[in-house]
Amino acid sequence: MASSRMLDSDHLSAIAVWTAACLVGGFFLWLLSDIVWHGVAEISWEFLTTAPLNAGRDGGIGPILVSTALILLVCMVVALPIGLGTAILLAEFTTDESLFGRLIRRSLDVLAGVPSIIFGLFGNAFFSVTLGLGFSILSGGLTLACMVLPILIRSTEEGFRAVPTDYRLSAAALGLSRFTTLTHLLLPAAIPGLLVGFILSIGRAIAETAALIFTSGYVDRMPESLLDSGRALSIHIFDLSMNVPGGDAKAYASALVLISLLFAITTLSAWIADQWLHRRIIPV
Amino acid sequence: MNQPMDSTHRLPSWLRPPDGLPGHQPSPLIQTEKLSLAYGTQPAFDSVSLSINRGCITALVGPSGSGKTSFLTCLNRLTDLIPRCHVSGRVHLGELDVLSPKTDVLQLRRRVGMIFQKPNPFPLSIRKNLEFPLREHGMTDREHLDHLLLTTLQDVGLWAEVKDRLESPALALSGGQQQRLCMARALALSPEVLLMDEPCSALDPLSSGVVEDLITSLRGRYTVVIVTHNLAQARRIADDVALFWVQHGTGQLIEQGSSKQIFDHPQHELTAAYINGIRG
Repeated sequence: MASSRMLDSDHLSAIAVWTAACLVGGFFLWLLSDIVWHGVAEISWEFLTTAPLNAGRDGGIGPILVSTALILLVCMVVALPIGLGTAILLAEFTTDESLFGRLIRRSLDVLAGVPSIIFGLFGNAFFSVTLGLGFSILSGGLTLACMVLPILIRSTEEGFRAVPTDYRLSAAALGLSRFTTLTHLLLPAAIPGLLVGFILSIGRAIAETAALIFTSGYVDRMPESLLDSGRALSIHIFDLSMNVPGGDAKAYASALVLISLLFAITTLSAWIADQWLHRRIIPV
Repeated sequence: MNQPMDSTHRLPSWLRPPDGLPGHQPSPLIQTEKLSLAYGTQPAFDSVSLSINRGCITALVGPSGSGKTSFLTCLNRLTDLIPRCHVSGRVHLGELDVLSPKTDVLQLRRRVGMIFQKPNPFPLSIRKNLEFPLREHGMTDREHLDHLLLTTLQDVGLWAEVKDRLESPALALSGGQQQRLCMARALALSPEVLLMDEPCSALDPLSSGVVEDLITSLRGRYTVVIVTHNLAQARRIADDVALFWVQHGTGQLIEQGSSKQIFDHPQHELTAAYINGIRG
């Protein structure tokens, strides 16, 4: 009797878990197939390389891809070192109980939940106006960097915390300095955590619209420097679907490019990290 | 910090003049005076004054929680890494005041190597496990590194087993092999003292025997301090034995003396009870 009841609850939980998984997977597949279905016909080499015409109804997304890449580049160049440094400070040089560590962690958790429009307004006020960077790729990239830092820092910190204490103790017992231990042992071992942070961050950055409207702007010309305004892919999609009648087909095609880019970046970064770790013989 | 080793260190370890030989009058290398350690408000051991003889194997025995491992970590200041860990008293290694804030801990830890309960090779190749600490201590000469690799791996009896796969991951070795690699890694730095925290307890009986023989072979060349729960092992390998016990809520040193004295003529009733298996 007892065992059959156990079996029932086992079955029930299995059904619940599978249903949830199928719902999530199904929703993603539906979304993806809708975008591919409507967008794939527009994709061509010409679409990827030429400038948009007629408010985006015709032409391609060449300058927009360049702007997007530059914004992401600025974002990551700024966010990665700061994120890594803060994560190392939190994981290796502060204890769980220390006031300083608790304060920073709490602030980051709050920041991670702040809506992106707030970051956009902050970026506009601080980078565009106060620092005088105006509507530019630099303003946009810096704003995105602020936005992704909390996620990047917390997952990198988790990566460091997941490294067994044994490594630290055995390295110390061999008379190795903390710096050597950090750069040669802990950093490689924490790479998986850093990678998760990087993928989440870049995913959030590449899909960001609200934070960029007020900072990098709308201009769809080819940018000539980081101080030029540049339209990100996500803003282009938003504009085509909301403000441009007859822009749906190109919006779908742009969304398809965005999703493919995201997929390519995450796959590539995972592959690079894997290769690098294998060369160092650290099982991931 | 990164000076090259002096000329005697360049000799293979088996050619080096022994630091002490059994049979000769032993002289103390490490002395602790009223050494106490507490984690926060929780004392681990209190007021331990112990002297450890040069070139001898000293076994620390006693029940779990009596502060043996904590005592060991004071000798190479690994306690510095433990948050809220407070150490008081004195530790002398020869002339060196170990606990003084002026002591260069990296140099200290090079003189005092440590082997942990669980083998903990780095997630690198076998070769890099040995070479990485050596390089960090300023040895970059290829020939010298290769020579040390060969002699230390031979010293721990691992050479024949791994010579064809030096580039493969150290973590792919068996537990016993990993522990011997860790010993080779520590020995390559030519320490004077080796601290061992139950080095055999995580190994199967066969590997345990191999590691135990290895420890015995270090007698005379290194000063070994070994924590063990295995009284039979202590009896087999130790020159000197110190018994720790929990009293008044903290670890205390009950009795110390030569292995023969402790096992054959224990002075303290707790020692007698413990070695006869009545308590502990």
